[in-house]
Amino acid sequence: MMLSCREVTRIVSQGLDRKLSFSERVRLRVHLGICDGCTNFRDQMAFLRAAMAKLADESPKP
Amino acid sequence: MNDFRSRVEGERPYLLRYASLQLRDTQAAEDAVQETLLAALAGEAGFGQRASLRTWLTGILKHKIIDAVRKASREAPAAGADEFEALFDERGHWIEMPAAWSDPDASLDQKRFFAALELCLSRLPAKTAQTFMMREHMGLETDEICKELAITATHCWVLLYRARMALRECLTKEWFGK
Repeated sequence: MMLSCREVTRIVSQGLDRKLSFSERVRLRVHLGICDGCTNFRDQMAFLRAAMAKLADESPKP
Repeated sequence: MNDFRSRVEGERPYLLRYASLQLRDTQAAEDAVQETLLAALAGEAGFGQRASLRTWLTGILKHKIIDAVRKASREAPAAGADEFEALFDERGHWIEMPAAWSDPDASLDQKRFFAALELCLSRLPAKTAQTFMMREHMGLETDEICKELAITATHCWVLLYRARMALRECLTKEWFGK
């Protein structure tokens, strides 16, 4: 069963918060292999996490 | 003693900024910082020389913030319907496909980018923002957040999803759209 883009956005987000199941990872990979929109989305989510990490330790450590 | 007091007081602006980002409510942030400073002055002996003063104070502040968030979440109404459904058609396909952001990594070196990010964070609904900040700014795991906020893991994931979707749209418009 092919994931829809809407489902992919939820799974990509949850993948940042919990370990995805094997089946979720496989179906995600299949979808991302053919969908540029969702691949861009996935990259944006990864960037957002990196940006938040930098915001969190942006303040100088004494 | 007076020296300790003035050093603690000197951290107030940093702590206030930290708390404001998390709580997005000036009064609640000031209360949390005030309680932190009082606790710190009362517990000077607990500080010793083991950590930096800022790290120690931030540790106390985190607990005060969680208390404040917990209190607010008991009072806040439940969130409404999912506005992000409108991004997809009835078969779940993007109506407008996300385009790649141009050179995002270069943004991480720019102060103005972080101003845009904070602007976008400030536009999130309060509970969504608090959950997201506990996850991405404090670095808590989902199960800790669930416990602190007394919500289910599923609800937590929904809130984090909404935060990320909203931030993606906001950053696309406010920063990457230029």
